[in-house]
Amino acid sequence: MEEEMHTDAKIRAEIGTGCSPRGPGCSLRHFACEQNLLSRPDGSASFLQGDTSVLAGVYGPAEVKVSKEIFNKATLEVILRPKIGLPGVAEKSRERLIRNTCEAVVLGTLHPRTSITVVLQVVSDAGSLLACCLNAACMALVDAGVPMRALFCGVTCALDSDGTLVLDPTSKQEKEARAVLTFALDSVERKLLMSSTKGLYSDSELQQCLAAAQAASQHVFRFYRESLQRRYSKS
Amino acid sequence: MAEPVSVAAEYLAGSRARAARTVLGQVVLPGEELLLPEQEDAEGPGGAGERPLSLNAGARSRVRVVCGPGLRRCGDRLLVTKCGRLRHKEPGSGSGGGVYWVDSQQKRYVPVKGDHVIGIVTAKSGDIFKVDVGGSEPASLSYLSFEGATKRNRPNVQVGDLIYGQFVVANKDMEPEMVCIDSCGRANGMGVIGQDGLLFKVTLGLIRKLLAPDCEIIQEVGKLYPLEIVFGMNGRIWVKAKTIQQTLILANILEACEHMTSDQRKQIFSRLAES
Repeated sequence: MEEEMHTDAKIRAEIGTGCSPRGPGCSLRHFACEQNLLSRPDGSASFLQGDTSVLAGVYGPAEVKVSKEIFNKATLEVILRPKIGLPGVAEKSRERLIRNTCEAVVLGTLHPRTSITVVLQVVSDAGSLLACCLNAACMALVDAGVPMRALFCGVTCALDSDGTLVLDPTSKQEKEARAVLTFALDSVERKLLMSSTKGLYSDSELQQCLAAAQAASQHVFRFYRESLQRRYSKS
Repeated sequence: MAEPVSVAAEYLAGSRARAARTVLGQVVLPGEELLLPEQEDAEGPGGAGERPLSLNAGARSRVRVVCGPGLRRCGDRLLVTKCGRLRHKEPGSGSGGGVYWVDSQQKRYVPVKGDHVIGIVTAKSGDIFKVDVGGSEPASLSYLSFEGATKRNRPNVQVGDLIYGQFVVANKDMEPEMVCIDSCGRANGMGVIGQDGLLFKVTLGLIRKLLAPDCEIIQEVGKLYPLEIVFGMNGRIWVKAKTIQQTLILANILEACEHMTSDQRKQIFSRLAES
């Protein structure tokens, strides 16, 4: 009886974000997000971008080992598990990027000497993985009720060999691209929280990608708002 | 380079702070800023920051507003830090603008002074019991904080017992401390919770809903079977009925109440009352 109740209660919010204001080739893939789907973590969320899917769980504010505690703020830990195999160096570096983004946004000073742990599991990877991880982490932190000063989202851009900008690239587009740039933006003033780039690009191209990412983040934040409103409208 | 600038300007225009009054009952997201009633008068209908002329320039009467859970003071405004519905309560008597808070759904408990909680005794060290309340740290409970306890007459508390008590010290910097007596020294229902029964965990929002003054769920449950029930603000409920089967039924009903509408609930109650 319990599982059925939980299945009924899961709120699925799906929005197809068709296009961004720019032109062909700059559209974001279909988004879907589901919150509160795991029973053990304090907050959980599953974020889908096209075929890329990441499951996030947040535990906190919880007990922390004395060796890891910080006297005046919460210790934030991020664990990223790949779909197959053991976590390696690439996962460690992504964990660090996500942790730095979360630390900029989470009000850790409200919970000193505690730990907030974000566990991310890659369910399927079809491009823009880091952006999807960031989005899932943000939704899971909101679901857990961790106090934050803003929401954040991740957007990936890929630059072709002839300079065309593609937002939210698939893995094929990422492989063929000259440069892949991922940005984390906050919701209050679309400020840049984190950027991770790979490949060759010029300064003006960077600015162009950043502007495109800021425009695209509007759609992501609107999707967050609608999905959260749907969740609270049920209660 | 003009592109990013123009794009940024659009966003800033869109993220202007809204008046708290207009957002009451709506879902607010972390990062939003809310204006208090006194400030929006100052902003004026034209938005040009016109202020009425007053003879006494410095004597603006400030309305004192209490910032509840989910909100932080940010300069003159309120910053939303959790996602949920914005609520407001008028002040009962006297001055003040009342309380604003965000009603959010959460599973994790953070100790708050004055809250009554159910804890599990995890350790006995010297004069203090360590009690797990579901927060980030175990709370400490002195053996003298029970009714009628003296140094010679120690309370009979073992590791693994359930305790119903309230917090006297609970802030972010110190270890939480709880007691099982009220300010007059009487137990008032607090203390060790008896044998048998079932302890289970629900979300904090459900506890608040069940403890609201006009909650029908508890009245209906009471009509079903005779029962004893204890609610802890940390999301824990202890329930005991005559038989184990009845106890389990009650536990399942209370857990499921979160997701059911009142019609579904009435159906289930009527079905149980028949059988």
